Amino acid sequence: MPDMTSLAHPQQRSFNPYSENGGTILAIAGADFSVIAGDTRQSEGYSIQTRYAPKVFRLTDRAVLAVNGFAADGNMFVKKVKQRLEWYRHAHSKDMPLRAIARLIQTMLYARRFFPYYVYNILGGIEEDGTGAVYSFDPVGSYEREACRAAGAAQSLVQPFLDNQIYFKNQTPALGTSHPAHLPLPTVLSIVIDSFTSATERHIEVGDGLEMYVVLAKGRNLQGLEGVRGMQELTVTDDGERVFVVRRDLKKD
Amino acid sequence: MTSIGTGYDLSASTYSPDGRIFQVEYANKAVENSGTAIGLRVKDGVVFAVEKLVHSKLLVPGANRRIQSVDRHIGLATAGLLADGRNISNRARAEANDFRELHRSGIPLKEMTSRIGQYVQVYTLYSSVRPFGISTIVGGVDKDGPSLYIIEPSGVYFGYHGAAVGKGRQLAKTELEKLKLQEMSTREAVLEAARIIYLVHDDAKEKEFELEMSWIGDETNGLHLAVPKDLLDEAEQKAKEALETFE
Amino acid sequence: MDHFPTNWGRPRNDAYDAYGTHPIPQRPYNGHQDAFADAVQRTQQPIVTGTSVLAIKYKDGIMMAADNLASYGSLARFKDVQRLHPVGQYTVLGAGGDMSDFQYIQHMLEQLSIDEFTCQDGHNLGPAEIHEYMSHVMYARRSKMNPLWNSLIVGGYKDGKRFLSYVDLLGTTYSASTLATGYGAYIAQPLLRKAVEGREDVLTEEEARKIIEDSMRVLFYRDARSLNKFQIATVTSVGVNISESIQLDTSWSFAEGIRGYGAQTQ
Repeated sequence: MPDMTSLAHPQQRSFNPYSENGGTILAIAGADFSVIAGDTRQSEGYSIQTRYAPKVFRLTDRAVLAVNGFAADGNMFVKKVKQRLEWYRHAHSKDMPLRAIARLIQTMLYARRFFPYYVYNILGGIEEDGTGAVYSFDPVGSYEREACRAAGAAQSLVQPFLDNQIYFKNQTPALGTSHPAHLPLPTVLSIVIDSFTSATERHIEVGDGLEMYVVLAKGRNLQGLEGVRGMQELTVTDDGERVFVVRRDLKKD
Repeated sequence: MTSIGTGYDLSASTYSPDGRIFQVEYANKAVENSGTAIGLRVKDGVVFAVEKLVHSKLLVPGANRRIQSVDRHIGLATAGLLADGRNISNRARAEANDFRELHRSGIPLKEMTSRIGQYVQVYTLYSSVRPFGISTIVGGVDKDGPSLYIIEPSGVYFGYHGAAVGKGRQLAKTELEKLKLQEMSTREAVLEAARIIYLVHDDAKEKEFELEMSWIGDETNGLHLAVPKDLLDEAEQKAKEALETFE
Repeated sequence: MDHFPTNWGRPRNDAYDAYGTHPIPQRPYNGHQDAFADAVQRTQQPIVTGTSVLAIKYKDGIMMAADNLASYGSLARFKDVQRLHPVGQYTVLGAGGDMSDFQYIQHMLEQLSIDEFTCQDGHNLGPAEIHEYMSHVMYARRSKMNPLWNSLIVGGYKDGKRFLSYVDLLGTTYSASTLATGYGAYIAQPLLRKAVEGREDVLTEEEARKIIEDSMRVLFYRDARSLNKFQIATVTSVGVNISESIQLDTSWSFAEGIRGYGAQTQ
């Protein structure tokens, strides 16, 4: 609700073209898979605008993009990325490789350096060498490849948890053993679900629904994904990477 | 063709010594070569019918429409160069939009005709352009009721009760004159228009043709629409029957 | 080529006739213009405003409501304004916010409808297309820092599908089975959600109407910029229907007991 401002003095008001629509996204890369997830609540201030507004989008069979921040910018940005990927397909008769999409996103974000898309992007998928990858971006295009990243309203809650569970920060392995370099898919899915249920408990802007996209490398079997509740396959081509989405409910309060 | 070789027929910006602009007259020839288009202004609306000559069996049925909608309440049919017809209808739509923008109401038929007339006339003034090779029948219903006009390649326009342009216009006009247009309903006019198009079609000279029809009036709620399939079929059926009993 | 006939036969550019030997009448300049050549004035605040719009999905389609008031600040300036606007055969557009911007949007959609009509290509715009179009218009205007100061709800029914979506001056969009703009987002939305969520496919038109009317009554009690005269629109397989203005019965007798309103006691 607007503030009550004093009418005694002349006021100057300027239009603010941005808003903040809450929610959280995260992505984790495995050895030969990648998981990209986001909640589906869209809010402004203390109001929930809708309980289902997707923030995670399938771009190709091997790339999935999660966007978080100002929803209008986010939707427009995804639309423009998809458009560029379609043009690439028309020109080259194949999907753009993941690292090329990552650089494309940087250029598109930086092109608006002086009127930025107020959006944090996380790109996940499979590289051309078959490894799982996660790229994270800031609103003006700075980016790096990582093993995991959380962004959005509950970043400060989720990222330390991932640092501990994925990078094993502040953990010492038992004598004579070492931490695994990559976690298996079922473990990663559990960590993602736990991240979101916890964020839902502690952050008012997180909740309602969870969408987890899983990208599997070419030739990898379902190992650990079969029988997962609420799973749906979204793959378009039948000889390469495969994409799945897993939908779960989160608390609505 | 006394004009040929005199040099006065090369440009629309030069008169001949006896005061004619041959380029405009040639444009009329382009119209005369075209399939007939007619318009009937009746009691409660206007009906258009076009004899669309199909120059190839490979064409998709319904392709190359010669009747266009300009606004909700205005239709337009052309005889002559097809592409010129599309240019005119685009210009007419722009004029209709402009008028709406300025006056917040639909453009009256008289105003629309005057604007198309001016546009066409400008193309008779310059050596750098060629006059339109079309005659345009504009019709519709505005607050003063139904009206119908023809705009010729020179830019002149007249209002009519019944209009005919193109190849079979002479015969079409004599047929139109026999009708009591002011007492007719649009539904009756559809049947008459179809009959006239079938009558004027010369199947000795031309091969195939498609009957293209549209109407606007009380039955269409003041919208210019294509004549519905069942009515068109009925009209074609009756037109063919009438043709057999003619003369 | 210059396709503007009145430009023909004249020098194309002043540079061809630098000494002005040929009288050049004023005509539009289509060349390069400096973006900052003139100061630009823009809407920085809404002036004449409409308040909430409510909308829900129900069994047969969607239902939308908005009152007939356009306020000038705290002045109830216009009390017979229609804020529900039909677009084509399948869609209703409801608007809160600046009413002059809303009228501009109505004219824009009128133009769009005519362009679509004159095409005569057998395609008709449905609610999804109109919402997409409006979201692009709103986002483009906010990106020019010259927004259309509205919150819009687009509702409709086409090909057996219900459609309900929101778009505002920032270009923010979302859809849900209950939507409310303005104060309605705070006051009516919780009521609507409680009554509708999970029952979209069983609610009858009568039940939906009751839910909407009750919410409009609460809004009238609590929103100082509202009016107890409003319209209800439905879009179903039958088409678009926007009702005549409805007058609600309200009871203010309880107010007599409120300190500072009724007769002062103590």
